[in-house]
Amino acid sequence: MVGQILFIIIAAFTLLMGLGTVVARNLFHAALFLVGVFFGIAALFILLEAEFLAMAQIIIYIGAIATLIVFAIMLSKGMMGREAGAYNKQWYFAGGAMIFFFGLLSWLLVKMPFAATNASVPDDAIQQIGSGFVGHYVVPFEVASVLLLVALVGAIMLARERN
Amino acid sequence: MDLRALGESLVAMLENVGIPHGWVLLINWILGAVILLGVALLLAIFLIWFERKIAGRVQDRLGPNRVGPYGLIQPFADALKLLTKEDITPDKADRITYNLAPIIAVFHIIMLFAVIPFADKVVGANINVGILYLMAFGALGAMAMLMAGWASRNKYALLGGFRVVAQLLSYEIPVGLAMLTVVLMRGSMNLNAIAQGQGGLFGLGWYVWILPAVFIMYFVAALAEGERAPFDLLEAESEIVAGYNIEYSAMKFAWFYLAFFLNTWVLSAVAVTLFFGGWQGPFAAQIPALGVVYFFIKVFIMFFVFAWVRATFPRLRIDQMMSFCWKVLVPMGLALFLAVAIILKLGLPSAVTYALLFVVNIVILVVTLKLLGNYTRDLPKNKNKRLFAPELPRL
Repeated sequence: MVGQILFIIIAAFTLLMGLGTVVARNLFHAALFLVGVFFGIAALFILLEAEFLAMAQIIIYIGAIATLIVFAIMLSKGMMGREAGAYNKQWYFAGGAMIFFFGLLSWLLVKMPFAATNASVPDDAIQQIGSGFVGHYVVPFEVASVLLLVALVGAIMLARERN
Repeated sequence: MDLRALGESLVAMLENVGIPHGWVLLINWILGAVILLGVALLLAIFLIWFERKIAGRVQDRLGPNRVGPYGLIQPFADALKLLTKEDITPDKADRITYNLAPIIAVFHIIMLFAVIPFADKVVGANINVGILYLMAFGALGAMAMLMAGWASRNKYALLGGFRVVAQLLSYEIPVGLAMLTVVLMRGSMNLNAIAQGQGGLFGLGWYVWILPAVFIMYFVAALAEGERAPFDLLEAESEIVAGYNIEYSAMKFAWFYLAFFLNTWVLSAVAVTLFFGGWQGPFAAQIPALGVVYFFIKVFIMFFVFAWVRATFPRLRIDQMMSFCWKVLVPMGLALFLAVAIILKLGLPSAVTYALLFVVNIVILVVTLKLLGNYTRDLPKNKNKRLFAPELPRL
């Protein structure tokens, strides 16, 4: 009962923030709305008792990615405080692509048989995730970290002074 | 007096009245949150007096001494003054963001109070990802200051905002590495479990004896995370007037001020929990209320050191500060993390492991200091070479 009411509040908040992200005419506001979306999703994870995912969501998406987006907006010339239109000439392409992906995802969500159990989250869920990262899934985990390292080196190479 | 039992008796009482279990839990949580909020706000008022008094004594002044005994009522007088001041919003400011920034600045610190173990099991939320929670909500502070800097539409405020991101994001890495090393030692991210793991007579089990270099790294990085001198570049008066909060007046400024003091207190509390045994002390396991007393004594000693450093040291230059983080603290943290991980995996008897950890900590500390010393000796040669020279954005 309480859980359901909380879910409705959080879901409504997340959707509202998502709508704000899309329709905000100011890029900085859009970025702040995006932070709201990430926060709502983190709250949903908490509701599902997935504390680790919720914290990872806040650290990575709000602490790193959203801050980086805001920083990029701040450093881009002429982006600060400019009111950009929400539409440009390509809006119907974007709309079409959006409808296609929305249909695809809805179809997948309906058709996909998700394995759902009523069991509660085990107490050592974090330990299991951790040993999964460096045990069974060590190769994808390491590949992802190498990819991030390459991106880091690449960004430094692009940004360094030429002389 | 057992604080836990108090909460449970309240739950039982409400359930007897006939309120459904879910609502009782909700009421209980809201009550706990309100109590924590009250503690935090009262604490902030006392901390302002405490810090001003220490700074006064360190700098051969008296500090506040007019209002009330020892000037204890001074923060209340200041708060009243701030309440009655005119609340100015710049004409071009982005109103919603401008007003939201101080709220988030205080909100994210008060959220941190939820996971701090005041005594055994006296925790707002005893979650298994306590350390991650601290990192996550700590990162929100940068967002609040960035919002404040942007929404003020003032070039100094914006520069302050840029510095916030540069400084807070950079120094989060050494803080995170120090926390991770402690997590390795304990094998848990639960803050109460970390405090429990540091038992032993006369504080011999405290991690600061085993990991002194990690503690020093945490302390230095925490000074920067708490925007305190010598790392208070965010509000360097001589360079960018007051940084991100330049346009804020009256109570909105007071919120930032409050967040600043509470942030330092939380950083001290985390230092105590991770390295000084948290609530551990004689008979603290039997009487939880005693744990609260020990915890507060330790945190105030830690806070005293923070205030002492702030009152003593001059400010660094921004390029020095950034290069100190990336070229000294981060490599040191990585070396410590690696060394601790390897030593713990060796499977030696615990006494040998602890001795080895201590020796490795000291060795890494000495090597770091030696390298720093060599760098300072060569400094006249490198004088014109700036280590980190950001170009000012065109505004």
